[in-house]
Amino acid sequence: MPGAIHAEGLVKTFGDVRALDGVDLDVPEGTVLGLLGPNGAGKTTAVRVLTTLLKPDSGRAVVAGLDVLKHPNEVRRAIGLSGQFAAVDEYLTGRENLHMVGQLYQMTSKAARIRAGELLERFNLAEAADRPAKTYSGGMRRRLDLAAALVVSPPVMFMDEPTTGLDPRNRQQLWDVIQELVAGGTTLLLTTQYLEEADHLAHDICVVDHGRVIARGTSDQLKVRTGGERVEVVVHRPDEIVPARAVLAGFGKGEVAVETHTRRLTVPVTGGAKLLAEVIRELDARGVEIDDIGLRRPTLDDVFISLTGHTAELAGERAGGAAGEGDGTAGEPAGEEAAK
Amino acid sequence: MSTVPGTTPRLAAPKPRGGISQSVADSLVIARRNLIRMSRIPEMVIFGLVQPIMFVVLFTYVFGGSIEVGSAISAAAYREFLMAGIFAQTVTFATAGAGAGIADDMHKGLIDRFRSLPMARGAVLTGRTLADLVQTALTLAVLAIVAVLLGWRVHENIGKVLLGFGLLLLLGYAFSWIGALIGLSVRTPEAATSGGLIWLFPLTFISNAFVDANKMPTVLRHIAEWNPFSATVQACRELFGNLPPGFEAPGAWPMQHPILASVLWSLLILVVFRTLAVRKYRSAG
Repeated sequence: MPGAIHAEGLVKTFGDVRALDGVDLDVPEGTVLGLLGPNGAGKTTAVRVLTTLLKPDSGRAVVAGLDVLKHPNEVRRAIGLSGQFAAVDEYLTGRENLHMVGQLYQMTSKAARIRAGELLERFNLAEAADRPAKTYSGGMRRRLDLAAALVVSPPVMFMDEPTTGLDPRNRQQLWDVIQELVAGGTTLLLTTQYLEEADHLAHDICVVDHGRVIARGTSDQLKVRTGGERVEVVVHRPDEIVPARAVLAGFGKGEVAVETHTRRLTVPVTGGAKLLAEVIRELDARGVEIDDIGLRRPTLDDVFISLTGHTAELAGERAGGAAGEGDGTAGEPAGEEAAK
Repeated sequence: MSTVPGTTPRLAAPKPRGGISQSVADSLVIARRNLIRMSRIPEMVIFGLVQPIMFVVLFTYVFGGSIEVGSAISAAAYREFLMAGIFAQTVTFATAGAGAGIADDMHKGLIDRFRSLPMARGAVLTGRTLADLVQTALTLAVLAIVAVLLGWRVHENIGKVLLGFGLLLLLGYAFSWIGALIGLSVRTPEAATSGGLIWLFPLTFISNAFVDANKMPTVLRHIAEWNPFSATVQACRELFGNLPPGFEAPGAWPMQHPILASVLWSLLILVVFRTLAVRKYRSAG
């Protein structure tokens, strides 16, 4: 059975740029898919196609059981979109913004008003509800934007870089809200440039670059694929490096790397925590004093480098500095992509 | 409705009424939103008023004594002649407002939000242009009062005068759709403001708005006579009783039948630009 979001062979070109170059996606109901990639990878274009804002050149997409191209208006009744920029009217109050969106979702004025009140409470905006949104902080605007996307409690949500430009505290708050939503059964497609965010929120991750999905899987699967885990040891005295090296060589699946000046030894392993315990016992038995030891798993950053040959951040710079807020590309058709 | 086998669509939002009643309701929601905005940015409404008042004062006192209209050269005759032109110019300047507003909505991502909602397709633009119409009507009312204080008088019955203002509002409404199209086509609100204004200067100046078109060089005179803007100006002069003594309407058809010509021009602009703008909106991005 196809998932709540399902796409096959999506292609979209803007001039010479293939923003989407044959993208397949499947998000089972009630799960979160993280679309991870640098600026210009095609993440926003994918969201725009799935939310009926953009027609693909070819391919098909089904959202909430409805064909996006054949029944765009029905799809719109089933989705909520929180775009890359907090899309709220800054001269309207928070309450007026939500009331308007509710009415445009075809709720009655009264139902929309009640719902607006509930959401303002839930998103901790009740106190600021009757102030124009331009007096809100960045985090408050983001919350209002998310509230607007949730007016009808849509079963399928799309969030395009929801935490871009937020400070760590606001990011954490937004993460909590997102986790609460998903716990309630919402299917979510989320794009992000933050590897940490995909790791934290998404069940499955698709790594995209140049309009293609270059890898997919759970965070753990991707990390394993990138070269698995390694044991890292820092010994207390320089003269302990030699015996420690001998121990690690016995457990390792490859060469032991030694950094003499930091007294750090690293070796690729398989076997996880159980193996780590054995390594510790063996080092102890040989009288090696340990300052630090750990099982290091590759970060998504490592994943990205091994998949693309460059880091996500570097790719962002290469894409012409289109990162961040207020760069003037919000309303452009190919804003993100064309910046290449 | 055909769906994908094996899945049941889960629709959260109520079923839209569809058709005209939904279009009207959605347009009114958007119009209300834009009117709230305008009430919170009063300086924009005020600047919209200052400009035409400045034009009236400048034209009357700087040029008034030296521009010949009909057989008269006097500031008083020119003031009467001028007002229809200023009114018409004022309503067309609403174009820039609609354009800038819609470009701003695009820029801020609001158009994307609206387009992702199950709302009537033309409602975002219709709502905006309706709100602009309300603002234009207010501006016209204040401007008319100022004009009366400066000595402008009408010499026809109230029915004709109201018809004249009706033609002005229709022209302004039609032009705000040109603004909507510009707003959807440019990248920034600033571009929409200047893009909405520059072409209005030749349009309003190569017309009968400020001078007697009969006295223009032949080529310009023909342009002026067929300029959609001139038809409304001429119609208003007739309906307000502001034609100067000794003035003869040019022979071109729109100048001979200015009321009908004004309505036809405005409807034509409205239909063409509404169609183009709604199409542009649907495919925006």
